[in-house]
Amino acid sequence: MSAPTDKTLLQVEGLRTVFETRDGTVCAVDGVDVIVERGECLGVVGESGSGKSVTFNSVMGLVRSPGRIEAGRIMFEGRDLRALNQTEMRAVRGRDIAMTMQDAMTALNPALTVGEQIAEMLEAHDKGLPSGRNARRRAIRAHSVKMLGLVGIASPETRLGQYPHEFSGGMRQRIMIAIALASMPKLLIADEPTTALDVTIQAQVLELITDTRAKLGMSVVLITHDLGVVAEHCDRVMVMYAGQVVEQGRTADVIMRPKHPYTKGLLGSLPRLSLRGQRIEPIEGQVPELIDLPAQCRFYSRCRERGPECLKNIEMRDAGNGQTARCVRVQKELAT
Amino acid sequence: MTANRDSGPLLSVEGVSKTYRSGRRLADRLTGRPETFVQAVNNVSFGIERGEIMGLIGESGCGKSTLGRTILRLHEPTAGRVTFDGTDLGALPDAEMKAMRRRMQIIFQDPYASLNPRRTVAEIVGLPLQLHGLATGRGALREKTAEILEKVGLKSMHLDRYPHQFSGGQRQRIGIARALVSHPEFIVCDEPVSALDVSIQAQIIQLLTDLKQEMGLTYLFISHDISVIGYLSDRVAVMYLGEIVELGSVETVLANPRHPYTQSLMSAVPEVDRPGHRSRVRLTGDLPSPLAPPPGCKFHTRCPLAIDICRQKAPVAESVGPGHTAACHRLHENLSLLEQEAS
Ligand SMILES: Nc1ncnc2c1ncn2[C@@H]1O[C@H](COP(=O)(O)OP(=O)(O)OP(=O)(O)O)[C@@H](O)[C@H]1O
Ligand SMILES: Nc1ncnc2c1ncn2[C@@H]1O[C@H](COP(=O)(O)OP(=O)(O)OP(=O)(O)O)[C@@H](O)[C@H]1O
Ligand SMILES: [Mg+2]
Ligand SMILES: [Mg+2]
Repeated sequence: MSAPTDKTLLQVEGLRTVFETRDGTVCAVDGVDVIVERGECLGVVGESGSGKSVTFNSVMGLVRSPGRIEAGRIMFEGRDLRALNQTEMRAVRGRDIAMTMQDAMTALNPALTVGEQIAEMLEAHDKGLPSGRNARRRAIRAHSVKMLGLVGIASPETRLGQYPHEFSGGMRQRIMIAIALASMPKLLIADEPTTALDVTIQAQVLELITDTRAKLGMSVVLITHDLGVVAEHCDRVMVMYAGQVVEQGRTADVIMRPKHPYTKGLLGSLPRLSLRGQRIEPIEGQVPELIDLPAQCRFYSRCRERGPECLKNIEMRDAGNGQTARCVRVQKELAT
Repeated sequence: MTANRDSGPLLSVEGVSKTYRSGRRLADRLTGRPETFVQAVNNVSFGIERGEIMGLIGESGCGKSTLGRTILRLHEPTAGRVTFDGTDLGALPDAEMKAMRRRMQIIFQDPYASLNPRRTVAEIVGLPLQLHGLATGRGALREKTAEILEKVGLKSMHLDRYPHQFSGGQRQRIGIARALVSHPEFIVCDEPVSALDVSIQAQIIQLLTDLKQEMGLTYLFISHDISVIGYLSDRVAVMYLGEIVELGSVETVLANPRHPYTQSLMSAVPEVDRPGHRSRVRLTGDLPSPLAPPPGCKFHTRCPLAIDICRQKAPVAESVGPGHTAACHRLHENLSLLEQEAS
């Protein structure tokens, strides 16, 4: 991964997050590096269970016992987030970094109306609200109505008075985005923000994120399994597999010239309309259980290109053009 | 109970509607918040043949999950009738409905909220087996449960873990295992693969199609993803604001969408190898609300082709080809949004 520059907003180095279970220690994130530049959009893709959510929950300080961050540095604007106490971290969350969770229903508070939840966010991260009590309430209400409208929810005035369970799955996702954007963060981490959304609303939500990004100079981490979304919206992409980053680079490079066999397999297993009637080609086999993994390539058992040289720890290798991949076959290509 | 088995569709939905009354809590009543009504599903009719996969597609909030749950009587319909294998579900006493549940299952859209956080995977997935007396003895129960877990790409070592110990996609698969374990005949799959990455998505789609072949299953497959629906369904119903606006075989509807809403859906599919390949039909205009549905054709507020009649009169579904129906006032003018954009 490229070296940090003064444009770097978030830098994660050697992150290792583990969970204690009855069967042993699950190493969900094992030596992950991430760099997010100011204003950029980083896509994060990877196998289900590969550690995408845990990586960014760690950044947000949201890993709870029996989980813990075992190693690594999380630098945000030059500050080490791991060194902050609870209160300081709470101030960072929301004001500087906002995250929308994959589980909209569990992340929203079931006992508060949607309007109350947006208002709470606006109050906590007071940005230019008037000081008079009534003026303030009116401003918050107007802003909340606007935010709900922007994420495509009709009759926002009435909807503000409803509770999360009264919304559809996709609406809850959009409400979370509205809440996250209401705080105007420097970094938005969106964990599967559009999974439940149809293409038209998905486009509207992603456009809203892109516009806000341009307007505020906000950076975005977009965790998604939708490679079409990555292709259209992300400057760079990072591919995870079994707790590690296995490939990263500029989006166009990774999609057009994937280096890691897992990335190649991922691109090969997209259900496309043109493939109707044929079998899709899923990557055969299963992800290894993340307990006591042997020192070898983690994709080994499922890899079509495997060989004896893969039975050791594999480092990220430079493929040229800022693209790197965790595979022994990767060779540097000359910049074209 | 099996009056006219094998004749007619396995499932038939006739004029089903569902209106939610916003659940007012004490606090709301005290503050005088007015009651609201959400018309989530409005007069929907269709049938599903035995062994068929019926896709249901439509934008977020249009009523897909509500329709799916109402069919299974997880919600009582406000109006209309659902018949399963010749039995009118609305007329079934609770005890018989309970027995019927073994034959009709659902994979819920929200994997986490639908899993009891205090139960282990073995308990969650094994429950239908116990309820319906399909496995006796702890050993047999665990064995059957482990078997289905393997099928959905989880491992038997996961049996004693709790839902929060899994990633989003893994939880979704727990829900799939729970729906499959009692060997139902009919499953409402509510966005079963949306939370999954493509390689597992491919595995699950393959699994669902294989199981369909093996066990002669019938699905109502809800998805917002046209690629997925196009890949696996036989027929597709397109829903807009609580109503079915177009219905037909997947081949016909995808190749020749007749309703302007279906056409706009088709134009917006992002594909990874051709980013921005299709000129998108941009829907502008007011988003309609199920709290106050517009008069006339519900799509008129956003339809580029809307004319006066569309604002006044609701169109009825008409046949536009073999087994293909659509509800639009301007069907016979053969206008297409897709062509308009291209020229
Ligand atoms: N509380 C926990 N206890 C034990 N294991 C856990 C816990 N939370 C997560 N894990 C494990 O950590 C791994 C990474 O999980 P994570 O949620 O980060 O996956 P993900 O990449 O976000 O997957 P998905 O795409 O399915 O959401 C998984 O194998 C999961 O089972
Ligand atoms: N329990 C409920 N109480 C009140 N209103 C509800 C309830 N469940 C759903 N609704 C409303 O019914 C409408 C349809 O919701 P539904 O969940 O059926 O949509 P959907 O098509 O499944 O959407 P999505 O694709 O986002 O999941 C929405 O306007 C929603 O707010
Ligand atoms: Mg996740
Ligand atoms: Mg739904």
